[in-house]
Amino acid sequence: MDLSKLIFEDTAAGLFRVHRSAMTSREIMELERKRIFDRSWLYVGHDSEIPEPGDYQRRTVAGRPLIFIHGRDGRIRILINSCLHRGALVCRKDSGNASAFTCFYHGWSFDTAGRLIGVPDADGYSADFNKLEQFLAAPPNVDSYRGMYFVNFGSNVASLKDHLGDARELIDLTMDSAEPLGGWKIVRGTAKFKVRANWKLLAENSIDNYHFRTVHRTYSDYQSDRRERVGAPAPSVNRITNSRSLAFQNGHVAMLTHSVGRAIANPSPVWSKEAAAETAKLRDELARTYGEERGHQMADISRFLIIFPNHAFHDTQSGFKMRQWWPTAPGEMEVNQWEFIPRRERKDLAAYRLEGAIMFQGPGGFGTPDDVEALESCQIGFGAPEVEWSDLSRGMRRVPRSDDELAARGFWRQWHALIQGRDGAERTQDLPFPERAVRPREARG
Amino acid sequence: MNDVASPVFGVPASEQNLLLRLAVEHFLFEEAALLDNWRLDEWLALFTEDAQYLVPTTDQPDGDPSQDMMFIDDDYMRLAGRVRRLKSRHAHREYPSSRTRRLISNVRLTRIAADEVDVEASFAVYRSRNELTAPYIGIYRYTLACQPGGTFRIRRRRAELDLERLSDHGAVSIIL
Repeated sequence: MDLSKLIFEDTAAGLFRVHRSAMTSREIMELERKRIFDRSWLYVGHDSEIPEPGDYQRRTVAGRPLIFIHGRDGRIRILINSCLHRGALVCRKDSGNASAFTCFYHGWSFDTAGRLIGVPDADGYSADFNKLEQFLAAPPNVDSYRGMYFVNFGSNVASLKDHLGDARELIDLTMDSAEPLGGWKIVRGTAKFKVRANWKLLAENSIDNYHFRTVHRTYSDYQSDRRERVGAPAPSVNRITNSRSLAFQNGHVAMLTHSVGRAIANPSPVWSKEAAAETAKLRDELARTYGEERGHQMADISRFLIIFPNHAFHDTQSGFKMRQWWPTAPGEMEVNQWEFIPRRERKDLAAYRLEGAIMFQGPGGFGTPDDVEALESCQIGFGAPEVEWSDLSRGMRRVPRSDDELAARGFWRQWHALIQGRDGAERTQDLPFPERAVRPREARG
Repeated sequence: MNDVASPVFGVPASEQNLLLRLAVEHFLFEEAALLDNWRLDEWLALFTEDAQYLVPTTDQPDGDPSQDMMFIDDDYMRLAGRVRRLKSRHAHREYPSSRTRRLISNVRLTRIAADEVDVEASFAVYRSRNELTAPYIGIYRYTLACQPGGTFRIRRRRAELDLERLSDHGAVSIIL
């Protein structure tokens, strides 16, 4: 397999294509494990999930069983959930509060810092063995940004902050916007589902507004019914022409849309007057605290960010949620979805927020089931290897909007560099047109 | 725990209660037939105006819709929207429609009041589509409003899943 040929790009012709074997080949999936997942920063959890000493959450990240734990000593750690003795899980509950973990197999026990504190019948071991200080293993790199904890199983890796690079601005806007309300916390209830499609299709789908009108028509219809029922006007802002598709360094990509129905802080026309007034107050406060421009970005713009390779950070009119997904086979992935709410949000706004959070995105929403259908439908289509290429050429000749495919190209360029063993894509953006196509000839002429 | 928690033991097996259970079972089986036949408008007509239809996430079957994430938290308006959506050929996950078969058993009455009754029932809802047949398995918790003539309307309908993950169907795209 010639990995360099998995992507075909011709700026002059305005073409960008991905070879469909990238979605069907076991060999490529194995390379992704080694060259992407084993050396990328991968999200583990948010500190609001383990607020008290002893609190823990079990997580599986790149196949590794992990414990995300707030130690009794106050430190947050990420431990590998495998007994040093023979390998059994020392923690088998999904979440809880612990003072220690005792492996059920032979009874070795560990404190919340991971230190081995008890071995039954220690007399059976040598004095030297009993003197050893032993700890549950930890991933080689653990780092956090704005309460989000990540691990990286590679060596010589850049800091998380450098890795996130310019994408941090989008994260900061969302994180800062909830500061007047006490910051964000994850609510109970994780959406866990599987999709019978290649994991990269969900990355593409998450920053693609081109499909909204076709796939999500029933959702738009429901929203306009709701507006009609209360006599509310349709949104005056064109969500498409005022939107952007973005590609950052290191493969992070995003789309930005102008949207209403954001509890922070742009009300939907169907909300009560009191709720609308409250969001207006909050919007003013954000502008006062962070300046008019940043306040506007926080309040009025929905951010659909993908943190490369497999983490969605979506602060939108459908709430603020994170999603992470893992390939389980070339044609199958597991998805986990978490919802954030501000710690102190007015009851009516919190209710609107939760309603928005599940009406569109999520397994029982009016949107996600149809996205799942689209992705699975593509994967079935890939069963015909005669059709070799998928097309992602949209918007190569204009300032890319959210219904263009720059963000998808940015994701794929990074993927393509890593899969070939390189450190990252040489460029994130499309080459300018028409310079490349025209100038060389003019220069020669 | 939320307010749906009910005593482990149901109502005593008096003749009157057993007859009421038969009427409840009859109602649940008729409801299942409407759903399996995709007669969704008739199904929607079974609900009271203050109805709730809830499906908690798989990791929090006791989830409380006022503060937790649910898969589904419908009031009557959203439920009507869901029915309208499912009848559209643009609800792509269900167009063409899947086949469903609902097996309902272990029907128990857990509370009998003057005008309503709480019911629990085990379910296996098989959904067949795209070369896959797989069940949603769990427990229903109903509050049924008693109507004249020994029939009922649905005031609350909560479907708690035993599944740990929506692994087979990837969504709750049908009415559970």
